[in-house]
Amino acid sequence: MDTALQTQAKIKVQDLNFYYGKFHALKNINLEIPEKQVTAFIGPSGCGKSTLLRVFNRMFELYPEQRAEGLVEFEGENLLQSKRDVALIRAKIGMVFQKPTPFPMSIYDNIAFGVKLFENLSKSDMEDRVEWALRKAALWNEVKDKLQQSGSGLSGGQQQRLCIARGVAIKPEVLLLDEPCSALDPISTAKIEELITELKQDYTVVIVTHNMQQAARCSDYTAYMYLGDLVEFGPTEQLFFKPQRKETEDYITGRFG
Amino acid sequence: MPDKHLSTQFDSQLNNVSMRVMELGGLVESQIRQAVYALSEFSVEVADQVIATEARVNMMEVDIDRELASIIGRRQPTAVDLRLLLAISKTTANLERVGDEAERIARMVKSIIADGMPRALPSSDLRTAIELASALLRKALDAFARLDAVSAVEILREDGQVDAEFDGFVRKLITYMMEDPRTISSSLDLLFIAKAIERIGDHAKNIAEFIIFIVKGADVRHTSVDYIESNVL
Repeated sequence: MDTALQTQAKIKVQDLNFYYGKFHALKNINLEIPEKQVTAFIGPSGCGKSTLLRVFNRMFELYPEQRAEGLVEFEGENLLQSKRDVALIRAKIGMVFQKPTPFPMSIYDNIAFGVKLFENLSKSDMEDRVEWALRKAALWNEVKDKLQQSGSGLSGGQQQRLCIARGVAIKPEVLLLDEPCSALDPISTAKIEELITELKQDYTVVIVTHNMQQAARCSDYTAYMYLGDLVEFGPTEQLFFKPQRKETEDYITGRFG
Repeated sequence: MPDKHLSTQFDSQLNNVSMRVMELGGLVESQIRQAVYALSEFSVEVADQVIATEARVNMMEVDIDRELASIIGRRQPTAVDLRLLLAISKTTANLERVGDEAERIARMVKSIIADGMPRALPSSDLRTAIELASALLRKALDAFARLDAVSAVEILREDGQVDAEFDGFVRKLITYMMEDPRTISSSLDLLFIAKAIERIGDHAKNIAEFIIFIVKGADVRHTSVDYIESNVL
């Protein structure tokens, strides 16, 4: 399969295999995540798309029976064998989860908390950073007058944007979004999708989504996965208009049996 | 891998709209047949029938477009489904234009009859062109029903014959007009008929291009048959 990109690769995956205990969840995955583009992973439940996303910031290491083999190259080193503190990797490769997970603290502190772990900012610099992150996440206008109120008081869509702001605040290079809109209404979803398009000017975005139309709307490249295999990877426009593989066509047109 | 959608409703919507296209195709084919009959028999009555059918053709085009808009709005089709619906939209427009050409032929036939000397003209010489163009349209509709890209490419080649017939007929008409200037008015009507037949061939060719678009995902308009055969098929 031709996976050559027109832009530079931010993350290179070569011969990646992943196991949950004895279950072989990812099989010889090869792909390159293009820099400052939006890449979407689509496929039916259990195809390995979230697993692949979690490998990128070693989220799987929280569980002892999970293991990844192969090459995930980021900034010239194999993340799977990196001696770097995993927290530093995750500061560069941030993640936003399916359900909004605001910390039980104020909106301001939700953002400031992560920044304090990596940077020592003055009060006014921190205020600037919080505003900057909230503006990036298109949430500033809605919360600027209630920064000291609890993050859990926000609506679901606002909470999810708060989580994206939190991820953006520590200035990562890659943002991993795992079904970021599945719990949101269409208006909140539209705002997040708008945000994703904005974010790619500065970040590399990888999004896992069940919603094919969402992948079609906001990604530049799309990967279709099935049963742990990467079936097809290519420019989104091509994948949704004239996919190269019959399996991809069956899935995106709803012929999947 | 099953070839059907998970949604049987979607399947029936696509089948339904495809059948409507075939129905429209059948209707304009019968229009052409009638127009040809009106020309060979100089029948005002049959020419009037062709003209009357035009309203039904127009209605069907509008109906099909409405169905297409509904499917696209409700289903957000992708890949082959999207290509099929886009192609149906354009095919329908082309079929409606074929209906217009049939109507034009019928009107010219009436005008020739009204001029009073229909038999002095070489209208039977148009027979080959008409048969070629109708066969081409039938073949295009057939290929559309079977989504047959190979047969579609043959249509692209064969359209050249219709064009050649047209050119030959125009040369012949010119000699008639030079020999007897009284035939000029009717000859011009006949020229419009010949042009309408040539256009029917062009519409069949367009439909053939849309078939290739559905099956191969390649837009082959404004390319050569040789290019298509070596790069697309």
